[in-house]
Amino acid sequence: MRSLRASEEMMTNRFPKQVDRSTLIQLNGVTKKFGSFEALKPIDLSIREGEFVSVVGPSGCGKSTLLKLVAGLAPISDGELLLAGKKISGPQTDVGIVFQSSVLLAWRNIIDNILLQAEMRNMNKAEARSRAEALIAMAGLQGFEKKYPWQLSGGMQQRASICRALLHDPQVLLMDEPFGALDAMTREKMNVELQRIWLESRKTVLLITHSIPEAVYLSDRVVVMSERPGSIAAIYDIDLPRPRDLSVMASTQFASYTKTIRQHFYAQGSLDDH
Amino acid sequence: MRSINSPIVRPVLLVLFLVLVWDLAIRLFDIPAYLIPAPIDVAVQMYAQWPMLLAETIPTLQATIGGFLLSVVIGVPLAMLIAYSRTIESYVYPLLVFSQSIPKVAIAPLFVVWFGFGLFPKVIVAFLLGFFPIVVSTVLGFKSLESDMIDLAKSMGSTKLKMFYKISLPNALPAIFASMKVSITLAVVGAVVGEFVGSNSGIGYVLQRANGNFDLPLMFSALIILSLMGVLLFVIIDIAEKLMLPWHISNRLATAGAH
Repeated sequence: MRSLRASEEMMTNRFPKQVDRSTLIQLNGVTKKFGSFEALKPIDLSIREGEFVSVVGPSGCGKSTLLKLVAGLAPISDGELLLAGKKISGPQTDVGIVFQSSVLLAWRNIIDNILLQAEMRNMNKAEARSRAEALIAMAGLQGFEKKYPWQLSGGMQQRASICRALLHDPQVLLMDEPFGALDAMTREKMNVELQRIWLESRKTVLLITHSIPEAVYLSDRVVVMSERPGSIAAIYDIDLPRPRDLSVMASTQFASYTKTIRQHFYAQGSLDDH
Repeated sequence: MRSINSPIVRPVLLVLFLVLVWDLAIRLFDIPAYLIPAPIDVAVQMYAQWPMLLAETIPTLQATIGGFLLSVVIGVPLAMLIAYSRTIESYVYPLLVFSQSIPKVAIAPLFVVWFGFGLFPKVIVAFLLGFFPIVVSTVLGFKSLESDMIDLAKSMGSTKLKMFYKISLPNALPAIFASMKVSITLAVVGAVVGEFVGSNSGIGYVLQRANGNFDLPLMFSALIILSLMGVLLFVIIDIAEKLMLPWHISNRLATAGAH
């Protein structure tokens, strides 16, 4: 699969429109309008099964809108949006979402917050609980199951919300600036954790971020979006060996990726963050 | 020394101090008893009239609780409708605000004409005073849900009903409890106003009778009983809130913490 990928598209930003076997999410000319306001220009993008794709772009470029469309939380205005070959209309069962804030319910402890996913989806209670416990162990939250969200640090809250997003074992994990509210050091730690969780679970991840190093560190591919109305400016394959540890950030290869991506924003004169 | 600093003792100490100031002020400025009675006269009268005062408290308490419960039972569902439907909000909300600008004291006699001298008109006045804060605050409680939270529930394929009782309702409970505390104190006022205009029982009636007889110690006694009733009802709701919402920021213990 790796070799197939390498020969298929190297540093190109357009993909063949036919759905190949391993493509999980497919966007063909997807647009989004709010009334007369054009939020997204036609977007073509395909994400393969098990791939980690990040979207970076200036504030207000529509990257969060893109995620909402894939999540089925907002209807597309035009084009075609497919998940596993089926049109996305409305919320999906095979998708888990992590938001910028952890949106944990203040009146539920950590395990009950994670189990909200099971209650909403009418999952088997005993199975859901044992799965929640396994996820808690994976996220390093043992001993905090009975704590309430406000008793946890921001990083731990976000880990709990990742567990909640993974409870129903979705194929796709969508993350909307999940570490944007964390301090820089916690954020790096969470990046390492997320890579580990991803390597263990092999989910297909679509991560929205405005941190270029975060995108490069975590991703197989980085999608660069331009100013509004949002469109894809470029897509970069990140060819760094896995698992990556934080020292990779000091490598010349890493620096050249971040430099190249950063130039998009300098060219637009709109670098707003990191 | 510890007991002096306990939060239950503090207000009692303040009351004792104020009674002392009251007594001293009467002696120092030579205030006649027909303007302000001395604390000891009030205490004597309160002791003498205690069985009567206690008996008259019951109808007032009934009217207060009746009006309050009616406020909750009508106010909370009405607030839900207003929070969830813009159409209902646009029809009902302006009318609600308008209804609040009608002086309840002025229309209370109307209820006596309609419903007679019994419990019912008093309950209605208590309700009219008590339900507005419940509606206003509960609407706010239902509307203050993070948009990410709504998206999260939708992404889980939540039904509207599940979303309501698993997320919206618990989220609104702190606001509902806060409004119930305001409502219960206003319901006391409403019950007494109801008794002023048309009743032959209750603390409000005692107040009016004492006023007519220039029995100031009895008047003060009745006022003290009313205040105590208000405080007691408030405390009951406060305790219920702490039991039901231990997670809320206002009820968290300072000792809990993970790091």
